[in-house]
Amino acid sequence: MTDTAIEAAALGKRFGGPSRRGGWALRDCGFRLPAGRICAVVGPNGAGKSTLLAHAAGLLEPTEGTLTVLGSHPSAARERIAYVAQDKPLYPQLTVTETLRLGHELNPGRWDAALAERIVTDGHLDPAARIRDLSGGQRTRVALALVLGKRPELLLLDEPMADLDPLARHQLMGTLLAEAAEHGTTVVMSSHILGELAHACDFLLLVGDGRIRLGGAIDDLVAAHRLITGRGPLTDALAPHTVIESRATGRGLTALIRPAGPIAPGWEAAEPSLEDILLAHLRSPDAPALLTPGATARSSASDMSAAVTA
Amino acid sequence: MVEYRIDRRSGVATYLQIVQQTKQALRLGLLEPGDQLPTAREVVEATAINPNTVLKAYRELEREGLVEARRGLGTFVRRALGAAAAGSPLRSELAAWAARARASGLDRDDVAALFASVLDEQFADSTDNTEGDEAMNKGDNA
Repeated sequence: MTDTAIEAAALGKRFGGPSRRGGWALRDCGFRLPAGRICAVVGPNGAGKSTLLAHAAGLLEPTEGTLTVLGSHPSAARERIAYVAQDKPLYPQLTVTETLRLGHELNPGRWDAALAERIVTDGHLDPAARIRDLSGGQRTRVALALVLGKRPELLLLDEPMADLDPLARHQLMGTLLAEAAEHGTTVVMSSHILGELAHACDFLLLVGDGRIRLGGAIDDLVAAHRLITGRGPLTDALAPHTVIESRATGRGLTALIRPAGPIAPGWEAAEPSLEDILLAHLRSPDAPALLTPGATARSSASDMSAAVTA
Repeated sequence: MVEYRIDRRSGVATYLQIVQQTKQALRLGLLEPGDQLPTAREVVEATAINPNTVLKAYRELEREGLVEARRGLGTFVRRALGAAAAGSPLRSELAAWAARARASGLDRDDVAALFASVLDEQFADSTDNTEGDEAMNKGDNA
């Protein structure tokens, strides 16, 4: 048993062929996700979110660096991991009932048939319907029934809610979080819709340009930033702090900073929302990365490969 | 059993919304000593919010002495709040006053402003009326 769900050290992945970033989809990623968290992976399109999730699922091998899952190599932990790719791959010719039976037979000893069936029934799906005849949202529901029925310790979901209607999204998110709460499941969900995840998650990884730009418990990340507003000489007010973004507002200035010491008198400091922080970082791609102590990898890459081979 | 409604755009931290709604239910007599709060699982399933947010709200209520967690059983109300039960004469007087205010042409904001100013006047000497206000300005990141 380990208190770490995912740990990456100097993780890099290079795909063949010419592309942005010289073919590097991920570069120099290091972070730690403690077990039992509900983690949002956010970032612009093409940032590396899906590549990161596919590594955690054991479907991709790193080009450099290491990634461990539940204390071992992802391929060794596969029984305890469930993963839904963005395109929700299922067998189109199987019926809903047959798909759930497949889930049962592939996961002997851990399958929760009642839960899987309830998720399908909640969506009023015809058990005899073939997967290929279902809508995108209905397929998502079947995919979530499969992965939740598996009762994984780590659940990896790549844009899970994108094609669900608002009611189904709310209902499935509720079921997912309730199951996670009851069983202590670690959940990692990617999305580029910030609002979708802000209330459901308590941990965040912001991926940008193949790197981890922000990582940590959401409360800690919020506490590390301040939104300051005021008038006066810019340099005096901002000097000791790390400025993520500053913008003119009327005659004054608003800035998102990571304070280093007291804030100059005459400046209003407020706690930013998670959305303020994410948008400021997305608009300022050169802002320095921040990993809170709880989100920092504890072992070096060489320690971890030793642990994996041991 | 109370049902929590989470307003995702209110700007009030989610855990505080649960704290405030619980207190509201205690004030209105919808919850009484001995009643059980919904389990974290039930709240999470109904609201799709993070489980730790619910636990944080319950810890806060426990810290204020309003509820107690009984291991393996759930969270139970320890004491009621205020005396303004749903059916009390004070409530009906206030309802009648609000109806008169509306009939005289005041809109919701006018009434709220008037009510708030009277509250400030009447409770100016009280240190007990700021609970949650400071925390309410903390954004909605819990």
